[in-house]
Amino acid sequence: MNRVGVFVCHCGSNIADVVDVEEVVAYAQGLDGVVVAKDYKYMCSDPGGKLIKDCIKEHGLDSVVVASCSPRMHEPTFRSVIDDEGMNPYCLEMANIREHCSWVHKGDEEKATKKAQELVNVAVEKALFLESLEQSEIDVVQEALVIGGGIAGIQAALDIADQGKKVYLVEREPSIGGKMAQLDKTFPTLDCSSCILTPKMMDVARHPNIELLTYSEVEEVDGAVGDFTVKVRKKSTYVDWNECTGCGLCAEACRMKDKVPDGFDMKLGDRSSIYTPFPQAVPLKYTIDPESCIYLKTGKCGEEPPCLEACEIGAIDHEQEDEIVEINVGSIIVATGYDLLDPDELYEYGYGRSEDIITNLEFERIVDSSGPTEGKITKLSDGEDIESISFILCVGSRDEEKQTYCCRIGCMGALKHAYLIKEHMGDEVDINLCYTDIRSFGKGYEEFYRRIRGTDITILRGRPSEIKVDPDHKLSFNIFDTLTDKLLEIESDMIILVPALVPSEGAEELARKLRISQGTDGFFLEEHPKLKPMDTVKSGVFIAGCCQGPKDIPDTVAQASGAASRAMGILNKSRLENDPMIAWVDTDLCVGCGVCVDVCPYSARELNEVTGIAEVDEILCAGCGACIAACPSNACIHKNLTKKQIIRMIDEVA
Amino acid sequence: MSEEVENADEEFEPKIVGLLCNWCSYAGADLAGTSRIQYPPNIRVIRVMCSGSVDPVYINRALLDGADAILIGGCHPGDCHYIDGNYKARRKMALLKNILTTLGMEPDRIWLKWISASEGQEFADTVQEIVEETKKMGPNPMKERWNL
Repeated sequence: MNRVGVFVCHCGSNIADVVDVEEVVAYAQGLDGVVVAKDYKYMCSDPGGKLIKDCIKEHGLDSVVVASCSPRMHEPTFRSVIDDEGMNPYCLEMANIREHCSWVHKGDEEKATKKAQELVNVAVEKALFLESLEQSEIDVVQEALVIGGGIAGIQAALDIADQGKKVYLVEREPSIGGKMAQLDKTFPTLDCSSCILTPKMMDVARHPNIELLTYSEVEEVDGAVGDFTVKVRKKSTYVDWNECTGCGLCAEACRMKDKVPDGFDMKLGDRSSIYTPFPQAVPLKYTIDPESCIYLKTGKCGEEPPCLEACEIGAIDHEQEDEIVEINVGSIIVATGYDLLDPDELYEYGYGRSEDIITNLEFERIVDSSGPTEGKITKLSDGEDIESISFILCVGSRDEEKQTYCCRIGCMGALKHAYLIKEHMGDEVDINLCYTDIRSFGKGYEEFYRRIRGTDITILRGRPSEIKVDPDHKLSFNIFDTLTDKLLEIESDMIILVPALVPSEGAEELARKLRISQGTDGFFLEEHPKLKPMDTVKSGVFIAGCCQGPKDIPDTVAQASGAASRAMGILNKSRLENDPMIAWVDTDLCVGCGVCVDVCPYSARELNEVTGIAEVDEILCAGCGACIAACPSNACIHKNLTKKQIIRMIDEVA
Repeated sequence: MSEEVENADEEFEPKIVGLLCNWCSYAGADLAGTSRIQYPPNIRVIRVMCSGSVDPVYINRALLDGADAILIGGCHPGDCHYIDGNYKARRKMALLKNILTTLGMEPDRIWLKWISASEGQEFADTVQEIVEETKKMGPNPMKERWNL
């Protein structure tokens, strides 16, 4: 049995206000195997660390118990403290008396103190049998994968590539650009969105270190930090992209020309079956959409498909099939962005009941001079002129029935649109903006809000009632303006809804493939909300942009650069140390039944061909413990989390 | 063994052992803490790497030790950090509950719950629920019955 030292932290008043620390120390001193127990105000501080180190020396400790916060918080801190003093860093156990005790049992000091004592007791039982563990090393594949080619993925890929590492950038659409490519202008500077985005897209296309895999999706992810194996499905584009020059003659010739709703234009315009999403697409290559292509659907398109005739270099290949590419990377950045909440889910807003009720993203396409109306704003129902437009903010946001959180871009986006409407149509058009609270938190946002407020628009604070749609395309709703305490009836020719942001389609499947977590809102969960906003629970996998939660473009770009920097921390190493808390086999007990081989999800177990005894591949083993629970001979042992330790822990509290 | 404080005047306070997955439920319990969501102090948490690593022997041991309830916390189906450990846990617990009945032990004292790292409230509510339900069941009689 180890000689154990116990160190109880006050955490200022966080623990000490609820738990009687002195009583915990006194209790710990009486436990078998404990040779010293001390308390200190902040154990994670330098003097706290020194106290631990001095005790290790003075009392010849074999292992250390720190009773403080969650090990998910400070385990690395205290491991390095004991490592400094020459103790193996794995000879540490923590008792979580803050998150699991003082913070959740306020007002019951007696029971909280007793619980803290028992949690210390449990930790000591484990610490008695902690052993020194040695880390094995793996070679790092110094290449990265970025999933998602919006502004976040573009920025992350460029940052890594600029630092000399190869990046695979996977995007499921035929072009990179994401949502930002669909925007007309950006707030609050009113930069032309594509003017600032396309140079970056071109940088990606030209960069020698970036391999672009568009119209592709991640199928399968295996391995661990430093050495992931990823299968990517390159969906068939039915066009040989090595040959395609992007001339567009095929799209001109297509029988479906101007008959297929254009997704990039939010289905407000039409395209051909063979298409590029937008003129600045990267790569500028054509793709046949199999859902609308007459030839792909029926096997026949006239005598010969006109696209084949039009393409002089013969790049079109209706027989092309999907291809699975396997890539090997050391780190992965996820930047899969967001979708708008479908306002169809909220009947009261009338979306779908009138063509003149649209979303803000649809309006971006309308106001864009390269959009389906070439920037002309008229009623979509009958093409008549518009006299008034209303904005409804927080559609499904900050709403207990839908998404409880703020979308963070709706207010500023609507103010931007109000400005653009005035710019395009002059002051004759009436604008009503119905908001909950204007959130103008970013740099220059408040100034922009004041500027727009000073123009001739009506700002109403309240949530509208159900929108009524007249047969003559008049829209109206009631709103109680809480600023003037008046119930108003508003008539409008067009209503622009500002819906909540939700994780992009497929986020759940991707989370499962990557073994990362999602929050209750579906956005990918960061390792720590304050201090590790780009990390995930899966080591080596980082998140950037709106896939982590709604954010504006500046925050997205900043987070993408941050995630790239986190990934570079791995890619700059040639070797990485493995977590040594993995399985090993007691060869005296193993009978070679092979149950462990069957249950191991990582193929880390094998029976030795000569001895028939089970072996553990230390690189592949992830330390999940499935084999430990399955082994009928008790021959599988989880290093530093043995059955003996767990049972002794249970005995103390049960 | 922890001290026996069986006072007839005092209300029965169940002893609950929690075996929580490091990646989800343990972190969920942490989140309950950082969010200061209060719950009864009856649970003692032991951190495991995966609900799939929980040997049924641990549960029998806890029951024989006199634990009034046991919570095994894992990731939601499909979300296991180790691919499918939670499914293994689910199968094991289903079998164990069957066997316990034939051994004259009470399977209702075993709670298998999926609590993610973002579900601090869910964790607190779960502990509350287990405490309430266990109070209705009364103390675990195994220790006495087996004369341990």
